[in-house]
Amino acid sequence: MASPSPGVLVRPALRGVALIYLTFLLIIPVVLIAFRTFENGLAPVIDGITSPAAIHAFQITAVVTFWSVLANTIFGVTTAILLVRHVFRGKRVLNALIDLPIAVSPVIVGLSLILVYGRTTGVGQALAGIGINIIFSIPGMVMATIFVCIPLVVRAVAPVLEEIGDDQEQAAATLGAGPVQTFLRITLPSIRGALAYGVVLALARSLGEYGAVAVVSGRLVGRTQTVTLLVQERYLNFDQETAYACALMLVVTAVIALIISRWLAPKEIMK
Amino acid sequence: MSIIVRDVSKNFGDFAALTDVSIEIPTGGLTALLGPSGGGKSTLLRVIAGLEKPDTGSVEIEGRDATSVPVQDRGVGFVFQHYAAFKHLTVRRNIAFGLEIRKRPKAEIAKRVDELLELVHLEQFAHRYPAQLSGGQRQRMALARALAVEPAVLLLDEPFGALDAQVRKELRAWLRRLHDKVHVTTVFVTHDQEEAMEVADSIVLMAGGEVRQVGSPDQLYDEPANDFVMSFLGPVTKLSGGLVRPHDLELFSEPRPDTIPTTVIRVTRLGFEVRVDLKVDGDELWAQVTRGTSEQLGLVEGQTLHVRRAAPVRAAVAAV
Repeated sequence: MASPSPGVLVRPALRGVALIYLTFLLIIPVVLIAFRTFENGLAPVIDGITSPAAIHAFQITAVVTFWSVLANTIFGVTTAILLVRHVFRGKRVLNALIDLPIAVSPVIVGLSLILVYGRTTGVGQALAGIGINIIFSIPGMVMATIFVCIPLVVRAVAPVLEEIGDDQEQAAATLGAGPVQTFLRITLPSIRGALAYGVVLALARSLGEYGAVAVVSGRLVGRTQTVTLLVQERYLNFDQETAYACALMLVVTAVIALIISRWLAPKEIMK
Repeated sequence: MSIIVRDVSKNFGDFAALTDVSIEIPTGGLTALLGPSGGGKSTLLRVIAGLEKPDTGSVEIEGRDATSVPVQDRGVGFVFQHYAAFKHLTVRRNIAFGLEIRKRPKAEIAKRVDELLELVHLEQFAHRYPAQLSGGQRQRMALARALAVEPAVLLLDEPFGALDAQVRKELRAWLRRLHDKVHVTTVFVTHDQEEAMEVADSIVLMAGGEVRQVGSPDQLYDEPANDFVMSFLGPVTKLSGGLVRPHDLELFSEPRPDTIPTTVIRVTRLGFEVRVDLKVDGDELWAQVTRGTSEQLGLVEGQTLHVRRAAPVRAAVAAV
């Protein structure tokens, strides 16, 4: 593409700004984590990530992430279809609510969950009466993580649904396909790339969630400690090797997830 | 009758898309729903298919009340203006879709799809994806897909609307031949009167959400029910306050019975035909004449002629 003469200067300048910005905010810190992790060789790293506390934290993170991604996938696809394909009262309100988790600090999300489900509230006591504890236990952490990830799948899928239109779905219906068959055979394959992209984003976000989980989990070591909470706790307790090792594990997982997402994403998004 | 629509009305908010529409579509025919855009013809087609639910009225298909039958159980084939090709499936899988939904045996599906590929001349393209086809090929694929399930009626919504003029003409003629072969009751929507006249056995002319006239192409052209139908189906001009077809005007250099004097404003040659713009008492009109007539009269600007409406051909023939 030929560019007008000002572009000759503007483009390298823009590229420079973006590069410097990313270097100081992202690249140097991440590289330093990797560097500090392996400062004393491989042995302390392996010790750090295989300690009982770390293994437990990885398990908790896996459980929370699994439920959060599952719930957000189902909720995200359903909501995207609802928003794009249907006209109903309160559609604009729902549309705005979807973005709320981006606007609201995760800490506030955690606090608000405690306000509803805490042990001193009516709802909390009623649930405790039948043996379900939300706050300071896994269900609360799952709920908090689900909440912060709500927009990711919806916002990935909705534009693609919009773009493909409902012609293909109508055509499938005229050919005898019921709503479920139409969804499985036509809609799902059409949004596959965007859905995978949204799911991976939700996965990365769930793995790394700190604020909301910190509040609702109570940070009970060995019980409700996720990897991010473990990193923070180890760091404050001068066990920096474990902290760095676990942090690097999270970074690597997230980077792999993002690479996969880039590979799966529909080309229009990545262009 | 294959399709009977009774007193169907449909509103979108304040907009009345259909008002008390009743039509009957004969079995095995090729019927055009013709009219200006926004006239309700696509809505009517979608009501017949079950893609829209009418506010009032009923739809009967092959003697069965279909008003509350969901679209997937109506047994209609539908072809969309923008093809609605399944982009993630090959041509073969697109055509097989309805048969796969019906869980037909694999061998039967393969055989039927082969027949249809041949019918729409897409044998070499069976393994391509829709994105690798031209517009005309995609629409032929969509047609084969709709025909695969042997629908009771075939509905086409502006099927050639998104194609360029040349392909459009080819497909039009091809659809006519296809229908002569397949004989499925077919209804197609178009805003192009030439397309309707060329392809259809009968035309339902719609405007403003109402049916204006139903009849064969000749009936509508020669015996239009009103000025709207007349002006929609072909060129018109005004003589002595009434509408007349420009090719029904006779021009003479000398006065004849019933002629009125007129002045030539402009002469435009369009190949074989010649358009003559005329003025009568300050009113403008135009006549369409052949090149021969034009040369015979020696048409030039400012010339004085005498014009009259030609005697209707049909009436003359009938009188003999």
